[in-house]
Amino acid sequence: MRAALETRGLCKSFGALTVAQNIDFRLDAGARHALIGPNGAGKTTFVNMLMGALAPSAGRILLGGEDVTRAPQAERVKRGLGRTFQITTLFRNLPVLDNVALGVAERRGVARRMWRPAAEHREVRDESLELLATLGLAEDAAARVGGLPYGKQRLVEIAIALGLRPKVLLLDEPAAGVPSHDSGRILQVLDELPGDIAILIIEHDMDVVFRFARRITVLVQGEILIEGTPEEIAADRRVHQVYLGEGQHA
Amino acid sequence: MTHSGGYTADPRIRWQEWLPWVAALACFFLLPEYLSLGARILIYILFALSLDLILGYTGIITLGHSAFFGLGAYVAGILGAKAGITDPFLQLAAAALAAAALGAVTGAVILRTRGLTLLMLTLAITSILLEIANKASWLTGGADGLSGVRVDPILGQFRFDLFGKTAFLYCLATLFVGWWLLRRLIYSPFGAMLTGLRENTVRMHAVGAPVYRRLVLVYTLSATMAGVAGALLTQTNQFVGLNVLGFEPSGELLVMLILGGVGRLYGAFVGPVAYLVAQDFLAKQFPEYWYFGIGALLVVVIMFARGGIVGIADSVLARLRRTP
Repeated sequence: MRAALETRGLCKSFGALTVAQNIDFRLDAGARHALIGPNGAGKTTFVNMLMGALAPSAGRILLGGEDVTRAPQAERVKRGLGRTFQITTLFRNLPVLDNVALGVAERRGVARRMWRPAAEHREVRDESLELLATLGLAEDAAARVGGLPYGKQRLVEIAIALGLRPKVLLLDEPAAGVPSHDSGRILQVLDELPGDIAILIIEHDMDVVFRFARRITVLVQGEILIEGTPEEIAADRRVHQVYLGEGQHA
Repeated sequence: MTHSGGYTADPRIRWQEWLPWVAALACFFLLPEYLSLGARILIYILFALSLDLILGYTGIITLGHSAFFGLGAYVAGILGAKAGITDPFLQLAAAALAAAALGAVTGAVILRTRGLTLLMLTLAITSILLEIANKASWLTGGADGLSGVRVDPILGQFRFDLFGKTAFLYCLATLFVGWWLLRRLIYSPFGAMLTGLRENTVRMHAVGAPVYRRLVLVYTLSATMAGVAGALLTQTNQFVGLNVLGFEPSGELLVMLILGGVGRLYGAFVGPVAYLVAQDFLAKQFPEYWYFGIGALLVVVIMFARGGIVGIADSVLARLRRTP
């Protein structure tokens, strides 16, 4: 089967500092895959390379079997690559609806239209509202997103990404910073994501990882240490040493 | 009303939006001795609208918008004074095209940068044009300016008269078209996309917008509008001089827009009126000190009323509505 997303020998270094070393990675359609690793392991760098926000020093990135290593971000998004940000990255002063609609409009090729008022582009409005409704945000559609509680802002992050109808979705710590009584809602949303989307989640919270992921890759100092099922990862001694702290095995 | 556009905004024209046009027509009939000042104000409103499109709506900061205004002014001037092309609409079209081309080319080069670098590059471009206009005196008249710009009667009927009647209505009509087009643009999906660029370019990249291409496109549209404004200035004065290029007209325009209110559409109307009327009256009363008044006003606006004069009016109206 053709991978939804694949990297071959992906490397990135800033001068003498190597943050990604020979990463061979594969994400199949419908995958629920977690990328974990200690701070500074290069997880976000990896995501930024996948998205095209950062150019790799060497290696290739394949999206749906096609080489997108040199393709600009806009092109990758058009081919079905979506992401959420670790640090909330929203249009803070715009209404929630517009936050989603701007992405939907890009996907539908409406964003360059200069004549008919945006509010009359029913197809964009309705789709955005529908999406917000499925995430339980329908009542907040007209509210300024910067004024929402943080947990809801994280949901808007996910809503924007889903509005792009991605085939591959990269979730960069979707529940980071959310108070525990709100994170349940986010986990529920993650569980309900369409099954055909290949999802790569980057997460520090092991409860989230082991609940959500069917495969886990451990990244340490820019290198893949091990990849396997949650059971294999949980049982692996090296993972405990480098990731969970050597103290436990002393 | 902030007129921020978007997918939740009602695009219909509200009754208040007709006020500027009613006021302009009232001025035409009631203040016949001020029509040339009026025409100048109308031209600056068009110029300020073009700046608001990129600064207020898209978040591109610039100190070089006079490059397009000045180029438009000189293109109209050279056509009318040197090339014998005296049709007013042809001159406008040529100025618009030239400014658009300059906007596209310089935009493509400088819009890869941001912030202070971008600001300096925009300033450099208009300064270069100023130097060219100064040195190429065989074409531009150099420091003496280009006089004797000939412009045919509008539609073959209305000659530019001494009292500025034709000039005023001609500028008013052009401004009306420019305002209407810009308003449509702001309320369109493209306009919504521009506010997205202003709010968060990282996010715009991530939703698949070709950010750089869009920036160049809006910069070009804005340049076109500024070029038309510049051509109007030449046509109504039948003269063009070096004062249309360089830092000063750019800075002055920026002050006008900030005074009026940035990113609100009608700030671009109020600002030039306030600034140019104040300039006209204060400069007569206090020829040495009037800039002090403008400066003080600007400081007050920036410290206490970031929305400018229109922003103050909005908050007063909102308060009145809350207390029945």
